[in-house]
Amino acid sequence: MRKPVALKDHQRERRTFRFRSVLAFAVVVLMMFGLVSRLIYLQVVEHERYRSLSDQNRIQLQPVPPNRGLIYDTNGVLLADNRPSHNLSLVKERVPDLEATIAELSTLVQISERDIEGFQRRLNQRRRPFEAVPLRFRLSDEDIARVAVNFHRLPGVQIDAELIRYYPYGQSLVHALGYVGRINQRELGEVDQQNYSGTHHIGKLGVERFYEDQLHGRVGVQQVETNARGQVLQVVERDDPTPGRDLTLYLDLELQQTAEQLLGDRRGAVVALDPETGGILALVSTPGYDPNPFVTGISGRDYRGLQQHEDLPLFNRALRGRYPPASTIKPIIGLAAIDSGTVGLGHKVWDPGWYQITKEGRFYRDWKRQGHGMVNLRDAIAESCDVFFYDIGHRMGIDPMSDYLGRFGFGKITTLDLPEAHGALLPSRDWKKAVRGRSWYPGDSLNLSIGQGFMISTPMQLATATMVIANRGKWINPRMLKAMSGEDEQGNPFVLDVPDRKLMPDIELNRDSYWDYLRRSMVEVMHGKKGTARRSAKDSPYRIAGKTGTAQVVRIKQDEEYDAEKLAERHRDHGLFVGFAPANKPEIVVAVIVENGGGGSSAAAPVARELFDNYLLRESQLQSQEQLADNGGAS
Amino acid sequence: MGGQDFQRTMPGAQVHFSRRRTWWSYTHLDPILTLLLLILAGYGLFVFYSASGQSEAAVQRQLIRYAVAFGAMLVIACTSPRLLRRWAPWIFGLGVLMLVGVLLFGVGAKGAQRWLQLPGLPRFQPSEIMKLVVPMTLAWYFADRPLPPRLKHTFTVLAILMLPTLLIAKQPDLGTSLLIAASGIFVLLLSGVLWRYVFSAIVLAGACVPLLWMLMRDYQKQRVLTFLNPESDPLGAGWNIIQSKTAIGSGGIHGKGWLNGSQSQLDFLPESHTDFIIAVMAEELGLVGVLLLLAIYLCIIARGLWIASQAQDTFGRLLAGSLTLTFFVYVFVNIGMVSGILPVVGVPLPLVSYGGTSILTLMAGFGMIMSIHSHRTMVTR
Repeated sequence: MRKPVALKDHQRERRTFRFRSVLAFAVVVLMMFGLVSRLIYLQVVEHERYRSLSDQNRIQLQPVPPNRGLIYDTNGVLLADNRPSHNLSLVKERVPDLEATIAELSTLVQISERDIEGFQRRLNQRRRPFEAVPLRFRLSDEDIARVAVNFHRLPGVQIDAELIRYYPYGQSLVHALGYVGRINQRELGEVDQQNYSGTHHIGKLGVERFYEDQLHGRVGVQQVETNARGQVLQVVERDDPTPGRDLTLYLDLELQQTAEQLLGDRRGAVVALDPETGGILALVSTPGYDPNPFVTGISGRDYRGLQQHEDLPLFNRALRGRYPPASTIKPIIGLAAIDSGTVGLGHKVWDPGWYQITKEGRFYRDWKRQGHGMVNLRDAIAESCDVFFYDIGHRMGIDPMSDYLGRFGFGKITTLDLPEAHGALLPSRDWKKAVRGRSWYPGDSLNLSIGQGFMISTPMQLATATMVIANRGKWINPRMLKAMSGEDEQGNPFVLDVPDRKLMPDIELNRDSYWDYLRRSMVEVMHGKKGTARRSAKDSPYRIAGKTGTAQVVRIKQDEEYDAEKLAERHRDHGLFVGFAPANKPEIVVAVIVENGGGGSSAAAPVARELFDNYLLRESQLQSQEQLADNGGAS
Repeated sequence: MGGQDFQRTMPGAQVHFSRRRTWWSYTHLDPILTLLLLILAGYGLFVFYSASGQSEAAVQRQLIRYAVAFGAMLVIACTSPRLLRRWAPWIFGLGVLMLVGVLLFGVGAKGAQRWLQLPGLPRFQPSEIMKLVVPMTLAWYFADRPLPPRLKHTFTVLAILMLPTLLIAKQPDLGTSLLIAASGIFVLLLSGVLWRYVFSAIVLAGACVPLLWMLMRDYQKQRVLTFLNPESDPLGAGWNIIQSKTAIGSGGIHGKGWLNGSQSQLDFLPESHTDFIIAVMAEELGLVGVLLLLAIYLCIIARGLWIASQAQDTFGRLLAGSLTLTFFVYVFVNIGMVSGILPVVGVPLPLVSYGGTSILTLMAGFGMIMSIHSHRTMVTR
């Protein structure tokens, strides 16, 4: 059954065990030696490398974003402020489970789908490792408290404070100032990465965009000791950032707001300029929109709401609105006719209410059916007689008209610091050939002579051209920036580095007196017995020079569906007005356009009058107050 | 040598009986080993205080664990090795059943089932008990068989060893199954298994590596790959090794000073009070501090092997020898993985890392070693 059990040889066993355990101990010592060599390698040979690695771990270089420069109006009213805002951010590398953490956070603070959407988008953008990615902006104090007490179970979650742009006047100034928004991928590729390493916002439009470099400042840097969760324990060294420069604009907030109120809920635009400096006193486009939601990122739904709104609030009518200048360019057409020698100052035209190029040709109607009778240039401007301009337009042809209009800035961008400004369209013989593929017809000249047809202009261009008339041909380019804070490298007050170059040559006329004639004609518009805007100049303590315009709206095609009521409203003419005051010593130039407002004299001119009153009478009040104070001091 | 044979069986016994029985000998503790373990525990606590983020509460908890573990050691030291030997196969059977139970309805976290929740009992890890039971069982198996073992017996032992090792590897708990496999192999090696078997096994194992690779779980593969090139994923899997190497290397010869390690105190070092505690020591106390620790470990191992060689029977010899060498495997694997020469498997630094179960098991093991030493009699079997 059982095999005989082999006897155990205890002594042999013991010997074997003793040998093997000695051997084992030798191996143990050898392996210990291996560990010690490894430790010596790490701690002695490679010590320097690991010490610097450890310091890099501990010490982090953090960018300190500069405070963005503030923006003031001409009287020192703050138009763009920086306000502290608290954001909820995540450091992805330290969050164990991103989705669970976001779910957890959404039980503490409200996190919408679009917050998560935006977060994912930012997460996928180029970023440094361990950089906090914002999930929600503008936390309330209560939100902050709720997240803060839960920090211990939310690794990688942090609350960052940053200063963000705030526009106290919201929609009143958005078309003038523009706004800042989160830097997007494309912009990130364009800016100086290092300088923007701590910055999250960048100027998107308007002044904010044009003066981005000056407003932004230089980034600072600080060495901080952090723990592995990225929490800053202490600042080791700090190189302060250089804050951005504060801008003072020519913009006059009171005038701007007055213009906005005068336009009310009508669609339109107002541009007011200071003819002495070219400073833009007011730049209004209605309706506007509140730029503040754009700073932290507007929701897709709200943005679509703005985008699809039938009144196009996002559209900057003052700089990009494409309107026929209509009768507002008649002074320039008239000037072209006399200065080019086509007709003399005494040229008179009989206006029966229509004009024909040839006896069999089509009738070009005057806005006044019964006609203006016998008119000279001054009467034609004052009464806005179309037939007179058909006549001189036909006599001149396209070339002088296009030439003179161009010298007044039509078809060009003449503003210095408004990135949205648009050149619109000044037609010419070559243009029509190139674009339309047809030669210039005499009828086209007739349309152009009353500012209709191909020609398109922006309110800014109309104001600028009027300013050139007010300045008797002297060109000053319109601009927003009046002054900039700070010092240059030598410690002198900072000189504007706005491109101050002259973009346009001054207009030299064959006879300087033509300017006076033109101005008197425009004064006649306001103060003459038959002046089209005489009602708007009633009882003014100063003389105004102006010109009304009524632009026909392009006919809507028959097959397009429109609400009947709206069709009627949107079919009405645009009301235009350009002018300056006081006529003999201009202090303000204004261009007003009211979309579908009806006639220029009824819709646009009253707005201009209110603005003149607001600006001139307010200023004279100030002056008289100053005089009173001076007299009081002297006596 | 032959002439000394009789003497060699006797000296320990002679010493034992020639000495007067003091109260100390009633505890069955080995004074040298006890002293070394106390020094190790004290030194460990000192580092632990820093590694735990200077948490007195954590130190208190660790202190309680030491106390419980010393108690367990005392009880086991007083237990006769004969009792251990008699019970070994039964406990082994029970242990295997529990391991099967763990796989069927165990609880755990992070994708590994390691705990067993039996009604009326606190939650425990059967694999920890197996660390002691496996060498006990194998020593029991060899106790009555002629040594060096024949091939048949060798294979039987390997089969007994494979069963718990594979069950634990399946949980998965790579660290523990590695330690258990090592403890079994030490029993085999110390039993005097023929070298030609050993070398053929090594060759065979080398051939099995690709097979093993295929059986590994993804996270285990990931660990091996990360070990081979930690920089490939510096923020994820490689983070631990990079940070621990940085901690060790930046410590230099003298260290940054106790409580002054930036890697450990600023939380860059993960698991700083558990598996990676050696990095805290290396950073704050430098090479000098680690050498001191290694010296203590070496003394403990030397004493353990000495006791094993003094044991009077095969069971005691093999068990004490295997437990001592397994203790060294703990040390080597832990320091090897933290310093980046071995893959990261969850093996704690013995008696220093935070963790009740491992301290309890290790101290119970030392209790067995002491029991073997203190229960020697005049008559050898």
